[in-house]
Amino acid sequence: MASMRDIKRRRGSIQSTQQITKAMKLVSTVKLQKAKQRAEQSKEYFNCMYETVVSMLAKAGNINHPYLKAGDSSKKGIIVITSNRGLAGGYNSNVTKLITQGDFKKEDVEVYVIGKKGKETFQRRGYSIREDYSDIVEEPLYSDAMEVSRKVLDDFVNGEIGEIYLAYTGFKNTVVHVPTLLKLLPVEVADKAGKNGAEDASKSAAPMNFEPEDDAALDLIIPKYVTSLIFGGLVESVASENGARMQAMDSATSNAEEMIDHLTLMYNRARQGSITQELTEIIAGANAISM
Amino acid sequence: MADERNFRLKVITPERVFYDGEVNMVEFNTTEGEVGIYKGHVPMTVIVNPGILTISESDRARNAALHAGFVEILEDKVTILAEIIEWPDEIDRKRAEEAKARAEERLRTKTPETDILRAETALKRAIARINVIS
Repeated sequence: MASMRDIKRRRGSIQSTQQITKAMKLVSTVKLQKAKQRAEQSKEYFNCMYETVVSMLAKAGNINHPYLKAGDSSKKGIIVITSNRGLAGGYNSNVTKLITQGDFKKEDVEVYVIGKKGKETFQRRGYSIREDYSDIVEEPLYSDAMEVSRKVLDDFVNGEIGEIYLAYTGFKNTVVHVPTLLKLLPVEVADKAGKNGAEDASKSAAPMNFEPEDDAALDLIIPKYVTSLIFGGLVESVASENGARMQAMDSATSNAEEMIDHLTLMYNRARQGSITQELTEIIAGANAISM
Repeated sequence: MADERNFRLKVITPERVFYDGEVNMVEFNTTEGEVGIYKGHVPMTVIVNPGILTISESDRARNAALHAGFVEILEDKVTILAEIIEWPDEIDRKRAEEAKARAEERLRTKTPETDILRAETALKRAIARINVIS
């Protein structure tokens, strides 16, 4: 059995770990509240954006726009949003798994990382990392999303990548986060128009006009659409990150609690044992003298 | 209150709902030129060019600097999806003037690397900001 002192030291160290995890939990709870609020505020914008793009594509029909068909390059550009810090349970690995265990060939992938943890994983596995925007994760601004989308769209237009994907963690509620892989470009017309087409037709009796005309309007709106999706991904990922960390730290704290209980029991037993032993020794000693 | 000619205007940015209310008329600058929208306009989607957004409510008019985004016009509802928009009191005059000078400078001393389109947009933005406050 471990000595009393050892047990005491161990218990002390677990106690201080518990204090840290408890504090981290509180911090991420507060951050989560903030991030959640932001995610909700921006939701309206994306719904509107989505509806507009869908109705536009439904009307545009089968015009031959570069944004609507895959580029010649077999390379796939993937924007991966992870966190800069660890200790968030499976949050980071769940996102990176979408790519490392998905249908992508390693040679064909160009990664645009947002978040240090994802960058480390992809570097270790030998993926080609094209850009690194890790510093925007802490407090994502719309202008940051604009910068990222400008870069990927440039690469797409220049034919360096043929398709663009976005990997992020969708925020359903505080405990449910869904790692999601989304195809940004080429925009898939058929699916989206099919899903909402009927609804749209009944909603607005008069047909929507576009000014400037189709092609030019697509040129201008698709980048905005991509930007808004990237921004939405960022905001939701930040909320999910804090949610995941809160959960991870919560279970760490309760695990520590359990270990402390166990160690306290062992400590008390060891203390009791040593007292009993001392007593036995004293009695034996006294007996020896009196004889 | 309930004016027959009023319609619903919503201005949404990625970060917040910027404006939501009943208005009489709304004016802004599009890629095709400046437009003013009344109730009953033909359904249309237009792209915004940097300029002043004027919201005419029943009793007063409000201005804002609208820089990028697009507008969905329906007969009784107008939705502006603005990427960047500011009320006059959110604008820093000094910064706008500096930005204007910088953009002009860039356009004057053109080099092959100058991103002319970007410099022009920056200039337009700065001018829109300055116009809104003055």
